[in-house]
Amino acid sequence: MAGLCALGILLLGAVVFGIIAGARPIPLVTTWNAITHFDPADSDHLLVRLLRIPRTLLAIVVGAALGAAGTIMQALTRNPLSDPGILGINAGAAMAVTGAIAFLGITDVTAYMAFGIAGAALAGAAVYLLGNLGQNGDPVRVVLAGAALSVVLMSLTQIILVNSDEQVFDQFRNWSVGSLQGRSYPVLVPAFALSSVGILITFTLAKALDTAALGADLAKALGGNPLYIWSFSALAVIVLSGTATAAAGPIGFVGLTAPYIARLITGPGHRWLLPYAMTIAALLLVSADALGRVIAPPGEVGVGIMVALMGGPFFIALVRRHRISKL
Amino acid sequence: MNRVSSPLSRTPGRFVWRSRRMSFAVGIRPVAITLCLLVVTLCAALFAITLGRVPVPFMEVIATLFGQGEGGMREQVILNLRLPRLLVAIFAGAALGVSGAVFQSVSRNALGSPDVIGFTTGAATGALFQIVIFGGGPLAVALSAMFGGLATATVVYLLSFKHGVTGGYRLVLIGIGAGATLSALNGLMLVKGDLDNAITANLWLAGSLDARNWDHARTVMGGALLLVPLIGLAATRLRMIEMGDDLARQLGVHVERTRFAMIACAVLLAGVATGAAGPIAFLALAAPQLAARLTASRGVPVLSAAAMGAFLLVIADLITQYIAADLILPIGRTTGLVGGLYLLWLLTRKRG
Repeated sequence: MAGLCALGILLLGAVVFGIIAGARPIPLVTTWNAITHFDPADSDHLLVRLLRIPRTLLAIVVGAALGAAGTIMQALTRNPLSDPGILGINAGAAMAVTGAIAFLGITDVTAYMAFGIAGAALAGAAVYLLGNLGQNGDPVRVVLAGAALSVVLMSLTQIILVNSDEQVFDQFRNWSVGSLQGRSYPVLVPAFALSSVGILITFTLAKALDTAALGADLAKALGGNPLYIWSFSALAVIVLSGTATAAAGPIGFVGLTAPYIARLITGPGHRWLLPYAMTIAALLLVSADALGRVIAPPGEVGVGIMVALMGGPFFIALVRRHRISKL
Repeated sequence: MNRVSSPLSRTPGRFVWRSRRMSFAVGIRPVAITLCLLVVTLCAALFAITLGRVPVPFMEVIATLFGQGEGGMREQVILNLRLPRLLVAIFAGAALGVSGAVFQSVSRNALGSPDVIGFTTGAATGALFQIVIFGGGPLAVALSAMFGGLATATVVYLLSFKHGVTGGYRLVLIGIGAGATLSALNGLMLVKGDLDNAITANLWLAGSLDARNWDHARTVMGGALLLVPLIGLAATRLRMIEMGDDLARQLGVHVERTRFAMIACAVLLAGVATGAAGPIAFLALAAPQLAARLTASRGVPVLSAAAMGAFLLVIADLITQYIAADLILPIGRTTGLVGGLYLLWLLTRKRG
């Protein structure tokens, strides 16, 4: 509990940093005034209200969603290499977004979101059916089916890309590294609503996930119903990571590593593991997004890149220092 | 006593060969499937040689390959353009298949591939660095890709070394960390680089068999012919390590030494394949899984994975040439399509 409070305070600090940081320096007083005495005629106020605050909040939402989805996937598949993307979700979203850019000529970030969610849901459902999850829930099959479908979709995406105009590739490369640039309330509101649903489902699963992490046989012996666990987990993961991918592009690292860091602090029980993983992932994303905005002015580095650049070496050091508990 | 005196005895479903110091058990099904794959691969390869901008009749291909050609332009096309390309496809596919089999065994993970140790991402980093920053030619790109991959693999291996052991698990986790960092770097170079360079880099990342010459073919053939038999000989030991380090040690296996040697061989195989054909990552994941599922054997599928890898890459190359009339189909992407769909089909067909 104390650890969670400490993380919450760190997250609050990161949020404050996220709101005041940016390529254009805005005095602290002006930022404060933008929140308390909003003046629609002041461009600094508009910047804070319409861009910095929503994107920082979106970073929290996306982070929490990825942290929860990653924790579920690792508990279910008991595979340290599996992340939310393994259900084919990132690949499905990428395919849909590429199709939208290449064939429909769509350039609007908010529209990407709709396509991303549709693609993610279709791909996730396909892996669920192909891996024959409902009946026996063999994790190796699911993981392989997800990896195979991901590669098929990624290949198709790339084939579309190399056969299209340069502009299509130019837009895709910016979406594909993961970024929160220009995301405002039209993205934040649906993302928040969908993730809340996903997180709600996740918390009702916490106990079932504890048994599922012990393996299929033991889970069954303890009274877990594989069909129930797998169906609801798959639903939660598709909603959560589909939303995150659609809102911010494919961000791989957070969902993969946040659960490890959380497990290091709190152990394997999911009732605590889930909030820890979500807070850690949100903290990672908010600070990566803020740093990405100040590191190379006047441009910015995408949050997907920043989070892996910062988090990768940190994760390696963590793995070397501590004995990370196996799944 | 009786068995020892007859070196070749038969038990149902497999041949067993025993001598005083060594014994081998070879299942009939794996051998049959490996042979089938090889035959199909060869047929597909011969068919592929007849295709192209200059069609060559099948009999003429056979005659040319046996040194009975009529000379002239067609013989040049076959011997200097199409044959090296196919040899690269066959041996790069085999090398990647075996490399994946080793990594899946060492990491005890169905998702194991040279990427587990950061190889493919590192190779991409090396190539991108060369393309985006220095603007080097194809040879320089291939070399820096190999260097990038080998350097990353070495660093990951050394980082996962602790108290004289590299647990398979720690290797995987450190590989994840290194892979994530490097792929972020790759993304950064693609996004911040000039658009033309980024497109070139993206094409390289897809892998290619275009314009391969005998230099490419000789390197990958030499590497595969040298390293695959070495790995085949150690397959039993790898299988024992899969049961756990302690148990393998009790059975007389030098765990750390074997693991190091096998990882080194597998990374070198991935290195020669990447140098010759670019990064074709998915093959290393799919080939051993497909081979293991088809042969239904429990050992480390070395030779069958090699045959499967060669088969997939040759088929992908055939599709690339056959369909690619007005569509650009990079070989790495076709391989992803073919291998991925095949794996999906196999997964849905087999129950349990």
